[in-house]
Amino acid sequence: MFSGLMLNAWESASIVAIVAGVVGFFIVLRGSAFAAHALPNGAFAGAAGASLIGVDAIAGLAVFSILGALTIAGLGRRARHDVATALVIVVMLGLGSLFLSMTTEYAPEIYSLLFGEVLGVSSSELAPIAAIGVVCVAAILLIYRPLMFSSVMPDVAEARGIRSGRMEVAFLVVVALTTTMAVPVVGALLIFSLLISPAAAARSFTSKPLTAMGLSVLIALGTVWSAIALSYLSNLPIGFFVGSIGAATYAAGRGWATWRRNRRASPRPSSQALQPGVAG
Amino acid sequence: MQADSATEPAEVLAVDGVSVTLSGREILRDVTFHIHAGEFTGLIGSNGAGKTTLLRVILGLITPSAGTVRVESESRRRPLIGYVPQRITLDPDMPLRARDLVGLGIDGQRFGLPWPSSARHRLIDEMLESVDATRFAESRVGNLSGGEQQRILIAHALISRPRLLLLDEPLANLDIGSEQEVVALLSRIAKQQRIAVLISTHDMNPLLPVMDRIVYVANGRIATGTTDEVVSSESLTKLYGVHVDVIHVHDRILVVAGRRDAPLQHGGGESIVEVV
Amino acid sequence: MTGFLSPLIEPGFFANAPVQTALLVGGIVAVVSGVVGTFTVMRGQSFAGHSLADIGTAGGSAAFLLGISPLFGFVAMNLLAAGVMESIGIRRPRGRDLATGIVLGGALGIAALFLYLDTTASSTTGATINVLFGSIFTLPSSLVPFIGVFSVVALALVLAMYRPLILTSISSDLAKAQGVPIRLVGIVYLVALAVAVSLSAVAIGAILSTALLIGPAATALRITNRTGYAALIAAAIGVVATWLGVLLAYDSYYWFPTGGGWPVSFFVVTVVFLVYLLSQVRVRPRAGARRESTAAETG
Repeated sequence: MFSGLMLNAWESASIVAIVAGVVGFFIVLRGSAFAAHALPNGAFAGAAGASLIGVDAIAGLAVFSILGALTIAGLGRRARHDVATALVIVVMLGLGSLFLSMTTEYAPEIYSLLFGEVLGVSSSELAPIAAIGVVCVAAILLIYRPLMFSSVMPDVAEARGIRSGRMEVAFLVVVALTTTMAVPVVGALLIFSLLISPAAAARSFTSKPLTAMGLSVLIALGTVWSAIALSYLSNLPIGFFVGSIGAATYAAGRGWATWRRNRRASPRPSSQALQPGVAG
Repeated sequence: MQADSATEPAEVLAVDGVSVTLSGREILRDVTFHIHAGEFTGLIGSNGAGKTTLLRVILGLITPSAGTVRVESESRRRPLIGYVPQRITLDPDMPLRARDLVGLGIDGQRFGLPWPSSARHRLIDEMLESVDATRFAESRVGNLSGGEQQRILIAHALISRPRLLLLDEPLANLDIGSEQEVVALLSRIAKQQRIAVLISTHDMNPLLPVMDRIVYVANGRIATGTTDEVVSSESLTKLYGVHVDVIHVHDRILVVAGRRDAPLQHGGGESIVEVV
Repeated sequence: MTGFLSPLIEPGFFANAPVQTALLVGGIVAVVSGVVGTFTVMRGQSFAGHSLADIGTAGGSAAFLLGISPLFGFVAMNLLAAGVMESIGIRRPRGRDLATGIVLGGALGIAALFLYLDTTASSTTGATINVLFGSIFTLPSSLVPFIGVFSVVALALVLAMYRPLILTSISSDLAKAQGVPIRLVGIVYLVALAVAVSLSAVAIGAILSTALLIGPAATALRITNRTGYAALIAAAIGVVATWLGVLLAYDSYYWFPTGGGWPVSFFVVTVVFLVYLLSQVRVRPRAGARRESTAAETG
């Protein structure tokens, strides 16, 4: 399981998991689940187009996902945010299907772009993936404080000179880059799961932001490692395991939070605030 | 319950001994008051005092842990109460004209497709006329100003001919001009159509000219009566449990807490400087 | 009527049997999507619609594996997902989006599994394309009656709840106070949505079905002030887009003889998107003039 080809798989998946854990923390914080779903789908079209014209898939991924990030940031201001994003997603997917239909490897290519082909990552691809990964993590750590501020209290941050529009664009570009390096490994449809499940689960276990981010990375790593191992042993696609383990960790997190809340509530009367809408 | 004499207005709402406990906290305790047809009642209290809870109990959205609510001396039947909620964010994209929103007040809860009829059309026109909204009847609800939306919501609530009209903070976010218009409109409706109006608000001053009675909420308890009876230093001190001063400045009332930490202010805005 | 269009229409279009089925099914599905989609956009539930579509993929691919039409897989899976969404509750919208997203991830994982099994089991590669990008040209005619029945059911449900649906999208408090059974309306609406999304998934594919659901609806909202008209216009736009898509896909066989034709779903989605963009550009300057209210800005 740990021989040559598999080594690439372990390494690339680990890098993806670390980046996904870090970036995902903010995605969940900012409630950008929809955008996190949209960008990879845009990237899909890019990869398909690149495949068509014989260019490196990563280039196509990068171009399209960054374009998508800028489009969403721009459109979101005007039209209804969710409708605009949804339509962009779908058009990108449609384009992707078009490009692929013009290649000869239609179905298997679609499958691996959408659901990942971790075993197909070659040594030459490892370097760019790692490089982009480092850039993403570095960027997040660099803008950590203003991004936190702007995500949690956008108006106050604005008054302090942190423009929410700029933060949004910067963040979405980082997500786009994350997508670029992650899609060849875990696929466009499932990078989304890796971005939000570990971060969402981490939130249930701790309230401290940096701890949550760290926990998110750990959970993401655990998820991909288990997925690779299980996929290797059972010969079933890795995407299946990523999705299921992601859902399971989230459920576990929610269960833990509920159990802990109930345990705390029974000995003495709850002092939590009233539900909104009920208070006079 | 019903009119004893020809001049005694009918009782529309009877709240008796209502208590509400939510999430282990007692929000309201032993609330009792009665409202009659044509009366304009102000439900006054600061935010968090329990006004919205009380309104929701009256509407039947919350079950009280004790006490009863009776509308028109029968068990609560919803078409009898017209409700204007506090905050409706209407999307500018929503395909709904002002007159459509008003029309929903007639039969919006019924299944099936609405049958267009000239009678319905006429009724909506009349209602729009009575709240002075004919001008923007064809506009999208999402494009209306705060005051215009308010009037449409009032029309919506009134079109089913309720006996009781309930408004939750209708004056918040309105400019002074619109505020006065809405108060005048509601007072006119109360008198002309013999409808009981109950307005919940944290600022009683805009209502002073038209209020018949007041239900003042503090600490989960209420004091009810005319404005003079309730809004006095002794009465409110008893209600709040701390010393309270009632200050009259020109025709505005300020309620200010005595010694203790931060001044508890009701009435004319956030500071005493704002005097008409 | 086809006179001026004839340069566009390649020979044999109307006589072609799969084309006829495609036009019929496409038309029906577009109508249902347009009507249900109008309420979806009004209620701000576009993400739910999109998620249902992707979640349905798991069902569709499972059905394929079992040898039955993906339509039934979509419907079953979507109804299940709708039920789960309903029970997760209507609490904080953000929490709901997150939970929906996670369920989405899980379902897509399952879909990955089934599609993989489909490919290895039947040694054809048709499953992925069929489920994800639709099969409107390869639908068996035996499926058409089922499509018809499902469509009628979805439409009937939405039309029956017409007024309560509008009321609840304005304010659930207001609706409740007026006697609307909120939970029931919510559930019935989700059922209609589940069916509509399934139908659209069969025609143009699970991942692209959102386009038919919300594209025409979002366009219609910019054009008219009235809910009823919006639903009708959305349906009309959907039908036009679908028929154009079928036509262009058929033509592309002739225009690009080497490629073997471009996918229908691509054309449909592109047309929908272009119409949407057009409506954004055109209506905005008029919106200022349309405002009859002379009062101050919304505040």
